[in-house]
Amino acid sequence: MSTGWLLRRLFLVAYTVLVVSVLVFAITQVLPADAAVTLLGENATPEALAAVRDRLGLNDPIWLQYWHWLTAALTGDFGHSMRTGQPVAPMMLTALSRSLLLALLSILLMLAVAVPLGLWAALRQGKAADLVTGFISYIGVSLPEFVTATLLLIVLADWLQWLPATGYVPPGEDFWDSMAHLVLPVLTVSIIMVAHVSRMVRSETIDVLHSDYIRAARLKGLAPRSVLLRHVLRNALLPVITIVALDVGYLLGGIIVVEEIFALPGIGRQLIVAITARDLPPSRPARWSWP
Amino acid sequence: MTDLLRRLLRTPQGAIGSALLVLLALLCLLGPELAPRDPEAIDFLGRFRPPGAQNWLGADQLGRDVLSRLMTGARSTIPLALLATLLGTLAGAVIGTLSAYLGGRWDEAIMRNVDAVMAIPGLLLALLLVSSLGKGSLNATLAIAIAFTPGMARVTRSVALNVRAQDYVKAALARGEHASFIVLREMLPNVVGPVVVETTIRVAFAVMLFATLSFLGLGAQPPAPEWGLMVAEARRFVHQAPWIILAPALAIGVTAIAFNLLGDGLRDALNPRDER
Repeated sequence: MSTGWLLRRLFLVAYTVLVVSVLVFAITQVLPADAAVTLLGENATPEALAAVRDRLGLNDPIWLQYWHWLTAALTGDFGHSMRTGQPVAPMMLTALSRSLLLALLSILLMLAVAVPLGLWAALRQGKAADLVTGFISYIGVSLPEFVTATLLLIVLADWLQWLPATGYVPPGEDFWDSMAHLVLPVLTVSIIMVAHVSRMVRSETIDVLHSDYIRAARLKGLAPRSVLLRHVLRNALLPVITIVALDVGYLLGGIIVVEEIFALPGIGRQLIVAITARDLPPSRPARWSWP
Repeated sequence: MTDLLRRLLRTPQGAIGSALLVLLALLCLLGPELAPRDPEAIDFLGRFRPPGAQNWLGADQLGRDVLSRLMTGARSTIPLALLATLLGTLAGAVIGTLSAYLGGRWDEAIMRNVDAVMAIPGLLLALLLVSSLGKGSLNATLAIAIAFTPGMARVTRSVALNVRAQDYVKAALARGEHASFIVLREMLPNVVGPVVVETTIRVAFAVMLFATLSFLGLGAQPPAPEWGLMVAEARRFVHQAPWIILAPALAIGVTAIAFNLLGDGLRDALNPRDER
């Protein structure tokens, strides 16, 4: 991996982020709600509206508005929420940290379950265990997150009363209670990813198991366990990394729905609240954080 | 064509998927007529009635018959998702084929931008688009179509490139065939197959996306019997009347599974060399 390759990759990332920011800005600019009216209310005088529009820079050409926003954003100033008047950046950071916690726990759980599951299914290919896990995975991928979330909610929080249904408790306050509140959201998000990734692990492992170098290793007389750990695992998991990376993209989308259902004050929820209230400044950086 | 159909129905996925889809198509076409009761009929005395003789799947928070709402709701849920996917595929196919045809630096430039847009997860892009276009089923459809376009562009481009490099295309070129002949008789029939498979699987995703948008209040609006909306409205009554939420939720799941199965079946049917 040369520095040249790395630099090109970084450039592509920066370019992607730039394109996304332009896209986000362009889309939010199309919002029919007049920002000045949102701020001052419908009964404001035309002079007051004009003054606010001037102050917010709404009369400038679009590319100039974008430029102002971009330069401000790069210095960490994301403006103020039109709904609450509070600065946006601190709101975003707290919300983001909560969502990241959720995301991290989900990824860890997913990896811990999907990889062994996929390997196990591959080793028992064609047998009952494989078919059953395949069936369950299929169902897992076919249900939208809000359906899985609802089913889990009904079973675990309602009927069995094992877990609290909604809400968020910061880990600092009460660790175990905080974890209890996070179980259902993490489970919901992980299930779909586990279904996806475990199938990938399974098919990659099957491919590797049939390959020549594994046959050679076995013929060499290596113990099966050693063959598994040293050769199969390493080669099967490489493509899986790509899938996991792609799934993380999905994860960020799924988090929005999960945060809405379980009332977690993360960045997904911020986004929905901002969009429903037509609040421009917070919705932009919320979108910006995804890439 | 019949050969393809026969191969499709021989696989378990193809058979089950097709059967389910025929059922869903019937629901979309005849659902409202076959529904036992008026889906919008409010009956305060019958609120939260559990499944039984009067309401086979129970009654919801306003006394409306859940089964009737479900049957009528197929028409609100599936066709628009299908339309969104078709629009996205069309737009994506144009971009993808163009990019493959142009090749070189144009191809690179177009694909880099497509990748950049794909960096935004589908749900998010759809959300943002709906937020600026306004709530509603048609806007949600448009948003989903736009969100699917870059993905389909990538797929059609890679398929087009693949086909272009095949020997039969080179042979046709060597024979001196016209460009239009090559594209229509040699390339297109072979491009259509994988694209159709991808589209079918995307419809499943579109149904879920549409339901999710409605669930978040940004797609179909009340009192439409759209399944995602039904799930959202029923959330509050999960404790007292779980049937209100379970019926539409499972309906969405079955629909997605049906399309996924069909897509898998099609993929197997289109690859005759995978005879096992």
